[in-house]
Amino acid sequence: MPQKRVFLFGWLALAFAASVLTACQPQSSERQSSADSASPRLSVADSAPPADQVAPGDVYEYRLDNGLLVLVKVDRRAPVAVNQVWYRVGSSYEHNGITGVSHVLEHMMFKETDTLAPGEFSEIVSRYGGEQNAFTNRDYTAYFQTIAVEHLPRMFELEADRMRNLKLSPEEFKKELEVVKEERIWRTEDKPTGLAYERFMATVYMNSPYHHPVIGWMEDLNSLTLEDAADWYQRWYAPNRAIVVVVGDVDPRTVFEQVEAAFGDYEAVDLAPPKPQQETPQRGQRRVRVHGRTEQPHLYLGWKVPSLATVATEDEWQVFALDVMASVLDSGASSRFPRELVRENRIAQSAGTSYNITSRLRSTFMLSGAPAGENTLEELEEAMLSHIKRLQTELVGEDELARVKSQVLAQDVYQKDSMFYQGMVMGMLEANGIGYERADEYVDRIQAVTAEQIQQVAKIYFSDQTMTAAELLPQTDGQDKTSQEGAL
Amino acid sequence: MNRWLMKLSLALVALGFVSGAQAVEIQHWTTDEGARVYFYPAHSIPMLDVRVVFDAGSARDKRSGTAAMTQGLLDMGAGEWDANAIAEQLESVGAQLGGSVGRDSAALSLRSLTDESRLDAALTVFTKVLSQPTFPQADFEREQARLIQALRQQKQQPGAQVGKAYYRALYGDHPYAAPSSGDEESVSLIRRVHLFHFHKRYYVANNAVIALVGDVDRARAEAVAARISSQLREGEAAPELPEVVAPSASQQRIEMDTQQSHILMGLPAVRRGGPDYYALYVGNHIFGGSGFAARLMQRIREDRGLAYSVYSRLSPMSELGPFTMGMQTRNEQREEAIDLLRSNLREFIQEGPTEEELQKSLDNIIGSEALRTDKNAELVRYLAMIGFYELPLDYLDTFSDKVREVSRDDVKAAWQRHIDPDNLVQVVVGASVEAAPEKAPTSEAPQ
Repeated sequence: MPQKRVFLFGWLALAFAASVLTACQPQSSERQSSADSASPRLSVADSAPPADQVAPGDVYEYRLDNGLLVLVKVDRRAPVAVNQVWYRVGSSYEHNGITGVSHVLEHMMFKETDTLAPGEFSEIVSRYGGEQNAFTNRDYTAYFQTIAVEHLPRMFELEADRMRNLKLSPEEFKKELEVVKEERIWRTEDKPTGLAYERFMATVYMNSPYHHPVIGWMEDLNSLTLEDAADWYQRWYAPNRAIVVVVGDVDPRTVFEQVEAAFGDYEAVDLAPPKPQQETPQRGQRRVRVHGRTEQPHLYLGWKVPSLATVATEDEWQVFALDVMASVLDSGASSRFPRELVRENRIAQSAGTSYNITSRLRSTFMLSGAPAGENTLEELEEAMLSHIKRLQTELVGEDELARVKSQVLAQDVYQKDSMFYQGMVMGMLEANGIGYERADEYVDRIQAVTAEQIQQVAKIYFSDQTMTAAELLPQTDGQDKTSQEGAL
Repeated sequence: MNRWLMKLSLALVALGFVSGAQAVEIQHWTTDEGARVYFYPAHSIPMLDVRVVFDAGSARDKRSGTAAMTQGLLDMGAGEWDANAIAEQLESVGAQLGGSVGRDSAALSLRSLTDESRLDAALTVFTKVLSQPTFPQADFEREQARLIQALRQQKQQPGAQVGKAYYRALYGDHPYAAPSSGDEESVSLIRRVHLFHFHKRYYVANNAVIALVGDVDRARAEAVAARISSQLREGEAAPELPEVVAPSASQQRIEMDTQQSHILMGLPAVRRGGPDYYALYVGNHIFGGSGFAARLMQRIREDRGLAYSVYSRLSPMSELGPFTMGMQTRNEQREEAIDLLRSNLREFIQEGPTEEELQKSLDNIIGSEALRTDKNAELVRYLAMIGFYELPLDYLDTFSDKVREVSRDDVKAAWQRHIDPDNLVQVVVGASVEAAPEKAPTSEAPQ
């Protein structure tokens, strides 16, 4: 425990975790973002004021004829900008048999195009002094560079190039698939909690695409083909499926012109929106056991709850109440789990909550933790559930609520320290069909949450019948060395 | 759980670098009690980052784990307050307490809004936590049990095991050998009184560096530093650590039932502020320290698909810190991977980088100047590092210039002086491979 935990509040507090690879969430019917609707076209000049009148912190929007959305936020602290290109595709768009293809394609995006040799993309960014990477999540795939502002136009050209001109060669694909399998072994196969979490999600969701892991099942990776990746690329990598987000020391009008120059020639691609794939209602408690190479048991409890993307407008308060509820349980040393489960009752070695308020499809509210000492998983589960029960029967104290709200207010300030984070918020809200313009709402909506509302959502969404539990347990004698699970 | 991951993810995104596009003029003074202060005003966001670093890392441990437990329990009780009171006061003003413990140092950090009342409340708690911890008996016993449980769990984590075994093999009898977290046996020997002693000896002004970055002026920064420092005993700086004795070559494999082998190899090579640092740094950037642009990544991942992660790393410390090559790969490919790491290192040391490679790396390091100082969170860490290792105040500003001066021959000569490819310590954690006979001896103890 040499590292002290620092908690994060805000849109991304729980979303980005999943993002780099293995966890996040999705929504019942994709709210078609404005990218696909025919809104009246504004000129570059109409979309932002002249450079000397631009307000740092404000967001300027521009849409190309081909549907590409460009969002610019000005931050003048350093002569640097973050460029993020978001695609509305991720593992929740995949079906069984090709799971992991979004992520494999993300890896391939660093290989060849019609004009660039393998690796040349990275080399160019590096020579300009840039940092770059990409991440795949359940609901989106995003590519980014952080770079001195004068090199931004070249970044737009490079991103535009790989949006439509990627060359997928069998040799590179074969090697990269092996890299991805190594990644999967590292993240999941050799990590018992990774395996258990994967099985947990696959049990929470039966028919929703949140059933399968972002990195894909190993069995699917083993049979993934170059054609699968090529089809996926053709289908989803189009200007009307993408968002360009720029945060930094830039002039919005100039950025709009540069993006237009780089991406403007592409045609919008006609696309059927993904099927809703709404999860079928749960008809009773589900429980799965996973045996792994560990002596430390671990528990995961989950309930399906709405996200801002899936909830009806009149019920939006619920997702903010759920967010505060998660923080009341686990948001700092004074919140209930660390205070009571870890310190006072000594039942938990660790205990936490997770809820992604921004997922494209219905979200998961998860409690997870490990029992301390001789305590059993049953005792930990009972203790965690007693906290749910308490939220259903007792109002959260005013002090507790005030502390959560203070932390949210302060973090809203702290987050301005990271241009990358500011870009993440806009890109993710837009990619998930919520709309970037709602970014500023978060603080006010959280401040408006009442103790009564928390009690209400606790009652509405948390029942024994709709709970899913996963237990990570040590291997027993005679068991196969590879992890395996069995129903209770 | 996700919030932890979030933190890690952001940490990965915010890759550490050094130097600045605009001059970073660091202000420096010493408090009445002897704490060295490093301050950079950053006025665009109404917040302040404070980082207090003590020469109180695990290298000072008599019983391994003492430094970690001391730092870890600071906020479990201070003055008249218990853990709940401390947490409630900080959280009610939105302040964040953080920190870390390594072999060289222990740090405690505070992030707060800068309005008068919030900052005042946050500093009141922060100073008391630093200066008057009470290490309550019940909290001590619980945290000791939790730490032992966590350490037991780590025995099944290949990444944790390989790192610990590697440092033990590198450092033998030197204080750097033990993990900063301690091990099960040593932690069980720690008593509450050891924490009081450790705190009294090392959490003192003459052993402290205070770094401040944020929206305060000089006068207010001085007041903040004085407030922290005045509550500390003056005490004495920690003595120099013993010199590192170079280990001889060794190889060991620790059996673990995993699909992938975790490989680390290297040797003690570099001190913070030591000779040839820039040439070693540039060389490492080219060889394995710059992600996709690096040789190791190109040859082992891109050309052969053998690994998701493969890298080399320099870890400069107060005394010689390691140069390390690391990767994870399927057990069956382990020997091939180890051969590749070794042959690539040998080639690099014999021939040095190509002119083109050097130029690409210089372009990247110099061109990314502005990226390194665009976040207060990063800046405060640099200030603390500059203070702790007593680097020049213009370290950030001159970094690019120093790097620019490095030639191919400099890199080659520095690597030949500091890194002997025939003298590597090698540790592997993974399962035995039945089919292919292994070239490397298994479980051969180091030395």
